[in-house]
Amino acid sequence: MDSIIAAASVVGAGLSVGLAAIGPGIGQGTAAGQAVEGIARQPEVENKIRGTLLLSLAFMEALTIYGLVVALALLFANPFVS
Amino acid sequence: MFILKDYPMHLINNSLLLANVEIGTHYYWNIGGLILHGQVFIVSWVVITLLLILSYLGAKNLNRIPENWQNFTEATVEFTQDIARNQLGESYYRNWLPFVSTLFLFIFGCNWAGAIIPWKLIILPEGELAAPTNDINTTAALALLTSLAYFYGGLRKKGLGYFKRYLEPTPILLPINILEDFTKPLSLSFRLFGNVLADELTISVLVLLIPIFIPLPIMALGIFAGSVQALIFSTLAAAYIHEALE
Repeated sequence: MDSIIAAASVVGAGLSVGLAAIGPGIGQGTAAGQAVEGIARQPEVENKIRGTLLLSLAFMEALTIYGLVVALALLFANPFVS
Repeated sequence: MFILKDYPMHLINNSLLLANVEIGTHYYWNIGGLILHGQVFIVSWVVITLLLILSYLGAKNLNRIPENWQNFTEATVEFTQDIARNQLGESYYRNWLPFVSTLFLFIFGCNWAGAIIPWKLIILPEGELAAPTNDINTTAALALLTSLAYFYGGLRKKGLGYFKRYLEPTPILLPINILEDFTKPLSLSFRLFGNVLADELTISVLVLLIPIFIPLPIMALGIFAGSVQALIFSTLAAAYIHEALE
């Protein structure tokens, strides 16, 4: 493997996961905070809120996972290596 | 393609610890010129057998008052029924229940089989046994099946009038609407594949570093994430089908 390509791939892999984690991190924080607020206001619908929260958290998680998939492709199945 | 165990880490990695990370190595089967990933087939056959045994036990002797296995199977079916009904609505869900339930049970079974059964004890000549859903081909196949299902549902219900929805709300959005048909299976497959692989990688790396106790909570998280991913895949499949039907 060309050393420039290897170095760039490793840096790119790190960046792709790191940057992809920022947005979902903020989003998950907001969603969880709002859910806690909702439960505090209406404790009787806690189960419903928890279900919806988990589902939407998993959706946000998927965005980071896309970054991870890119990172894995760069590390283990790099298309630029002949 | 390279294997993580090629790093100096293999100094702490002996066969007793059963810990190495392998990505991109497969147990290849060559059948009639087709190259297959054998480990995926073996584990998914195990999962399919388990599901068949479960459904046989659950439906063997049906009673009005359910007992043992019938009780369990009925609870399972009611759970998947809820997924389908919440997305598809009362009037359509009955027809699509088998599809959505199958997706849920198969993915759930695959994720848990990968997380719970100690596959590392069975040593293959190449590659390793793990959850079938950690192979992109499995998840892509499931996602393409979902695409086929909603096209079939839409075309069956509305005929060629189904394609009118590409011009809604305005014809300007036509390219985006067409693009959506490609991004749906793409995101479905990547989400499932990435989550399952991420769980296994995290566990493998942790086991490599600290072989006892520390990986246990992450394994529990992996089991939880596996069930949530199965729920999400089937929920989204049902939602896409509903979108095509209405």
